[in-house]
Amino acid sequence: MTHRLYIGGAFRRSDSARATEVRGADGGYLASVALASGKDAREAVVAARAAFPAWSEAAASRRGGMLYRVAEILEEYRDRFAAEVRRATGGSAEAAAAEVDAAVDRWVWYAGWADKLGQVRGSANPVAGPFVSFSLPEPAGVVAVLAPRDSALLGLVSVVAPAIVSGNAAVVVASERYPLPAVALAEVLAGARLDAGVVNVLTGEVAEIAPWLAAHQDVNAIDLAGAPGALADDLAVAAAGTLKRVVRLPDADWTAEPGLERMFATMETKTVWYPVGG
Amino acid sequence: MALRDSYGLFIGGDFTGGSSVFKTISPATEEVLAEVTLGASDDVDRAVAAARHAYEHVWSSMPGRLRGRYLLKIARLLRDRAAELAVIETMDSGKPVRVTRDGDLPLAAAHFFYHAGWADKLGYAGFGPAPRPLGVVGQVVGWNSPLLMLAWQAAPALACGNTVVLKPAETTPLSALAFAELCAEAGLPPGVVNVVTGDGVTGHLLASHPGLEKVAFSGSAEVGRELARACALSGKGLTLELGGAVAHIVCADADVEAAAEGIVAGVFIGQGHVCGAGGRLLVAAPVAADLVAAIRRRMLALRVGDPLDAGTDVGPVTSLTQLERVRELAASMEAAGGARWSAPCELPDRGFWFPPAVFSQAPFTELAGPVLTVSTFGTPAEAVELANGTRQGMSAAVWTERGSLSAWLASRLRAGVVWTNTVNRFDPAAPIGGYQEAGFGRDGGRHGLEAYLDIPGMVNV
Repeated sequence: MTHRLYIGGAFRRSDSARATEVRGADGGYLASVALASGKDAREAVVAARAAFPAWSEAAASRRGGMLYRVAEILEEYRDRFAAEVRRATGGSAEAAAAEVDAAVDRWVWYAGWADKLGQVRGSANPVAGPFVSFSLPEPAGVVAVLAPRDSALLGLVSVVAPAIVSGNAAVVVASERYPLPAVALAEVLAGARLDAGVVNVLTGEVAEIAPWLAAHQDVNAIDLAGAPGALADDLAVAAAGTLKRVVRLPDADWTAEPGLERMFATMETKTVWYPVGG
Repeated sequence: MALRDSYGLFIGGDFTGGSSVFKTISPATEEVLAEVTLGASDDVDRAVAAARHAYEHVWSSMPGRLRGRYLLKIARLLRDRAAELAVIETMDSGKPVRVTRDGDLPLAAAHFFYHAGWADKLGYAGFGPAPRPLGVVGQVVGWNSPLLMLAWQAAPALACGNTVVLKPAETTPLSALAFAELCAEAGLPPGVVNVVTGDGVTGHLLASHPGLEKVAFSGSAEVGRELARACALSGKGLTLELGGAVAHIVCADADVEAAAEGIVAGVFIGQGHVCGAGGRLLVAAPVAADLVAAIRRRMLALRVGDPLDAGTDVGPVTSLTQLERVRELAASMEAAGGARWSAPCELPDRGFWFPPAVFSQAPFTELAGPVLTVSTFGTPAEAVELANGTRQGMSAAVWTERGSLSAWLASRLRAGVVWTNTVNRFDPAAPIGGYQEAGFGRDGGRHGLEAYLDIPGMVNV
């Protein structure tokens, strides 16, 4: 079985028609996944950009509601995901089930933030003069997300959910080591009818795909969680050429409750001034 | 607060000489104002070391309440010496004294008053109960509003407990040196604030210095990108303020006279030397002719001349280099088919003068200078697309009498600051900063503190 890339709400082969085998923890063949090319990455960016206006302009509670719906479906498929995690990582059934439960909880946690971000990081600015001024966080636009290499599911949801809950559209590069749970997640997103292009999932080689995203002028931010040290340095330097927002947080213990940094690192603050007068 | 003939570098609480000097001149008369020291590599090392020493031994362990007291002293001195500082700023930068006296100076003092109050309240700012400073911060300040930009970068840095090494722009060092004198007068512990004057090389030495935890840079996009690359590898925190033209959107229902007034004041008074400088005017087709006529009427009334004259609206461009850039740009716009209009005015023989100019049918520019480009649009949605079609995104001003339309435009414009029916309003409580290539990070308000605190888990850049 060769799994496809998820771009613009549709599953399709890589433009390069290449694929690679995925082996489980026991070395056995699990499935094949498409090897995304630079062209696929660029198309994913186009799809994300097309999805951004409607997703970011949707009511925050609608985005939250959509993420809650995704969580419901993840929960329905709990056993399937646990099996995927176990096959990939080789741990115990209990550990796999615990990881899936944690991933669902994590997704639910982020879903609840959709309609609260402005209240926590917005401000009314007491400016001098006959003006009202306030500052609100806004999504940056299109975010490239390199999913953590060594986490089958929990790390993946911990970088995807915060990228999109604020209204960004994401191009996700799956873990090279554990790509199958990312493919399964894409299927869940499609089944939940998440707006096409809000999340795009590319499988393949991070070192091949990520540089296209880091240098792309229409990508506004990049999360380097899945890039090893030297590659992350190169990608950060490439991203600097277009002054992208670069998210480079220290390696996380994905089981711990996240802070707010991942969400706000891919947001901008806009300050508005309105005149007051009769 | 007299202007001295020569200045050393302000390091560790004293002015000390360096190995070479350069002159700073008045852009209005080309006369030498003072001799200033060119900071070399060992000078930058000394300054960073002084800042480090002060950080470790005095400033980082000082209770916020006491840090705040020092900032209050500085604020009061800025307020009390405003008239003299405004004159120094005007002589060195060319900004009209009316603007420095009524705008830059009060705002600079306000930044220190505002941030003095944060020094002992950081635990309430939303970044954790006891956020720590970063350490030693290098701040490379631009030339458009030298003292004001220094204030809005240094005040939060100091309030948060960092020590700073400031590098003012090559052509506008004097107000920073005067500020250093104020710090000494305020009794600020030696090394908490250091000022190293110099050129681009000095700035680079500072920005790339391994002894800094963070760099704040305001200046050109080119240098900003270079810094972003360097900081990507060194892990230093970085905020960038790279400016960009204000996008003015004048809708069909705008108060045309008010818009013309605001646009002329924002773009030309002070030669467009504000961080949201220069202007791109996008005007609804039905009111375009009336608006341009109203703008021209007001431009005819602008007084171009000696910036020390309180009646002057437009002074010289800040330096020969900048003047050459503006001239080159204007020439290329004309070559591209742009129609140029300037009010007739007599320009002095000496000095760096550029008559305020309006261009229509010309490609827009992000240049800081007394230049306005004009294009028309049909629907507000088109206006948004035009305004957002830039790699920068510093600020925008929306002119309409309809609240719902201004709110819609404000929500769609990709700019860090959106003004409605006004322009170039600044306040220490209101964060400013750019989208995309206008920079990253915010200065001012609660948001602006983030750049100067060590937020657990957050690595800038």
